[in-house]
Amino acid sequence: MTILLQVNGVDHALEIADENMPLLWVVRDILNLKGTKFGCGKAACGACTLHVDGEAVRSCSYAVKFAMNKKITTIEGLGNEQNPHPVQKAWVEHVVPQCGYCQPGFMMATAALLSKNPNPSDEEIDKNIINVCRCATYYRMRKAIHRAGELTRENLTNETTSS
Amino acid sequence: MKLQVAKMAEKKISRRKFLVRGGLGTVGVLAVGTYLFRGVIRRGIAGAINTADTPYMGDTSSPIMWFEILENNTIVLHSPKVEMGQGTFTGLAQLVAEELEISMEQISVVHAQSVSGNMDGFATGGSTSLSALWVPIRELAATMREMLKIKAAEKWGVNTDGLEVSDGFVTGGGNSMTYAEVAEGETEWEIPDVPELKPIKDFKLIGKPVARVDLQDKVFGAPIFGMDASMPEMLYGSVVRPSKIGAKYKDADISKAEKMPGVVKVVKEKDFVGVVARSFIEAENAKAAIEVDWQTDKNWQTSDIKSMIEVGKGEPFVIQKEGNPKSMIENDDTKIVSVYWSPIGAHAQLEPNGALAHVEEESATIIMSTQVVKISRDEIAERLDLDADQVNIIPTFLGGGFGRRLHTPNGIQAALLSKAVGKPVKCFFTRKEEFQNDTFRPPTHHVLKAKLNKEGLIEAIEHNVSSGDVAFGSPMVPGIAEPILGADLGAWRGGMVQYGAIPNFRAVSWRVKLPFATSWWRSLGLLANTFAIESFIDELAVKAKKNPVEFRLAHLQDDERGKRLASVIRTAADKAKYSDEIVEGRAMGVAASTDANTPCAHVVEVSIDKKNIRLHKVTCAMDPGLVVNPDQVRAQCEGAIIMGMSATLFEKMEVENGELTPTIYGPYQMALMKHAPKEIDVILLEGADAPGAVGEPPMGPIGAAIANAVFRLTGRRLREMPLQLGSV
Repeated sequence: MTILLQVNGVDHALEIADENMPLLWVVRDILNLKGTKFGCGKAACGACTLHVDGEAVRSCSYAVKFAMNKKITTIEGLGNEQNPHPVQKAWVEHVVPQCGYCQPGFMMATAALLSKNPNPSDEEIDKNIINVCRCATYYRMRKAIHRAGELTRENLTNETTSS
Repeated sequence: MKLQVAKMAEKKISRRKFLVRGGLGTVGVLAVGTYLFRGVIRRGIAGAINTADTPYMGDTSSPIMWFEILENNTIVLHSPKVEMGQGTFTGLAQLVAEELEISMEQISVVHAQSVSGNMDGFATGGSTSLSALWVPIRELAATMREMLKIKAAEKWGVNTDGLEVSDGFVTGGGNSMTYAEVAEGETEWEIPDVPELKPIKDFKLIGKPVARVDLQDKVFGAPIFGMDASMPEMLYGSVVRPSKIGAKYKDADISKAEKMPGVVKVVKEKDFVGVVARSFIEAENAKAAIEVDWQTDKNWQTSDIKSMIEVGKGEPFVIQKEGNPKSMIENDDTKIVSVYWSPIGAHAQLEPNGALAHVEEESATIIMSTQVVKISRDEIAERLDLDADQVNIIPTFLGGGFGRRLHTPNGIQAALLSKAVGKPVKCFFTRKEEFQNDTFRPPTHHVLKAKLNKEGLIEAIEHNVSSGDVAFGSPMVPGIAEPILGADLGAWRGGMVQYGAIPNFRAVSWRVKLPFATSWWRSLGLLANTFAIESFIDELAVKAKKNPVEFRLAHLQDDERGKRLASVIRTAADKAKYSDEIVEGRAMGVAASTDANTPCAHVVEVSIDKKNIRLHKVTCAMDPGLVVNPDQVRAQCEGAIIMGMSATLFEKMEVENGELTPTIYGPYQMALMKHAPKEIDVILLEGADAPGAVGEPPMGPIGAAIANAVFRLTGRRLREMPLQLGSV
């Protein structure tokens, strides 16, 4: 079937034989965006987290048919070196990644959290950021999440002031 | 000529071992390589042992490339060590930039490919990457710097004496050129003797917390991992892997799978069956339709394994003995005896094992995440019946190593699937396959006995550890070494008694052959051994009614090793304000160990929330010698502490009806954000003038420190990992 979707601002019409193919593999192997990772295939680790219409979704267990006419954002579309997302800025400031494999998933989950709640408490972070990191960079991640919240709030204030 | 070169290959590099290629066949304007390390020191096996330094084991019979100078005047370092998160690329870049007099912005690091770059015959592991390359890589960089000066002097018709180098420029006598300009078009180079290395006091980059060189790639989602590799016309492979312990492949019915959508070919080899398809999902679906005839002898259960692993069942090797503790303890009515256990642990690294292989008539290219580039190459070449130099391994960043990528049959499997279809094939494990076909951290059983004297000091102590193999059976330790070494050096890592002032001590390592694969897991036996020994030391301190910090210090010998360990214990205890008191529901615990010459002590603060042990704060004092990058050493401490806590509190594989289980995150419980301590205070002492081990030592004491704190809080001594309070 033909799947219409927008990925990182670009419209795609994709011929997909199996409409139940997980969105992860469409993004990685058809659109060649490798930033979204395969970790477990069962929505248990969060390495494949991306945004569907702004919501954090574990794409390894999300059939592509559900993405029809939706806006997908992956780590490649979150920001770039010239124009980093506050989460990416904070991740760089705190030198969070070690092996780095799970980090796009964490950053996407964090960005989704901050879009709803730009000032999360430690308890809210614990409840919402439930991905798995084997290098166990959690200590720095928590600091970076708070910092990203701060940057997000600054952006919001600037927007309000300038509008 | 050949003899001459071999003869010159001593520890020091010399001018004739350099290979210089000006503008030939590389992307850079200058490629500098070397014949260095031919006939290397074969100390690999001994080197991995507790106290010995592991030498760099690069070994090659052809010239190998180290550096390139690109036209934009940046330097590319071809690293023989892989980057798996430990920060080695950044540390090596600092060492090279220091001697080359360039900034961190002027250097990038790539993995050396097996056909052109240097390969370490050992592995990336054992917390040895920076210490092993500390001298040789700086000597190489310093030599290249002098070559550039000589060349510039030649061009300008001046003497090198007046020339200076900084920020990638050679300047002097009114002239100035970038390194790239100096090298441009040059093919004849004079190679000087190896210059003196820069003294520590002049370091500008070494010792500074510079940002990781791979930071941007990892924050912006660059395709840097083995899983991300692709090639034109690439297909997807999948191999059927057994779910039962000991299952041997006999044959398979592939008739259904062959008709599945997207299938290109179902491939039967002598030891496995796999499928090649157009997509990962199609390959997986077809794989599920293959009916394999497995041969299994026994349905193993956890109880079988636990019974096998008991001290006294395997083959014993005395690894340490002073005085006569055995009879002394046996004849003592007041002797203290305790028994400790640790479970089977999974690596659970996030990137599954896999490889992308393209096998052609007389060559093979394999892109993969591996900790053993040379071993991967050799075993693939052997199976494909190619010469080693016909196989190019292109190592990638690793989505976690932890010892999981020291065994790489996945490279062979991808290669055989590619050969069968004549196209590039990418093939990797599913998560269930990872959990069931891991090379696990072996379970351990420990029996500790001691006798206290009238003053409440330890007069005799004995540690018996029984474990499955760790180093033995690994391709890095040849089978021939086993009868020489006897005890498995990985299993007893951390298993010796480290309190040298105790007059009588003895440690015995019992070797048990388990029916499933066990191997290196970050820090090897260190976590389990230190959990047992340092918990037991705490028991003895309680028995002697002594402060556990002072009790430890009282048993440390007055030599360098003893002093460095004492120093980290004192530092951690002072900084944390260690106390036996329970304050606001929190208690402290202390533990320490020396691993690979790096002493480390932790003081932790825990509380109990219902039945759950909560870790709030860790004060870590570690002395890894000279610190190349304090920020990344801290990062390693933070990660090792939380990974060690995860193993201490949650992780456990079981064996049920012949299968290892669980097979997914969640049921295989691991530390998450909510479990991580909110405070980690790392204090780094630098008790040596060269870098030592960093990645593993801080894992050692964490288990015991937590258990000791739980004892202070509850009065209960938990002697089995993962620590569980049950009903309180």
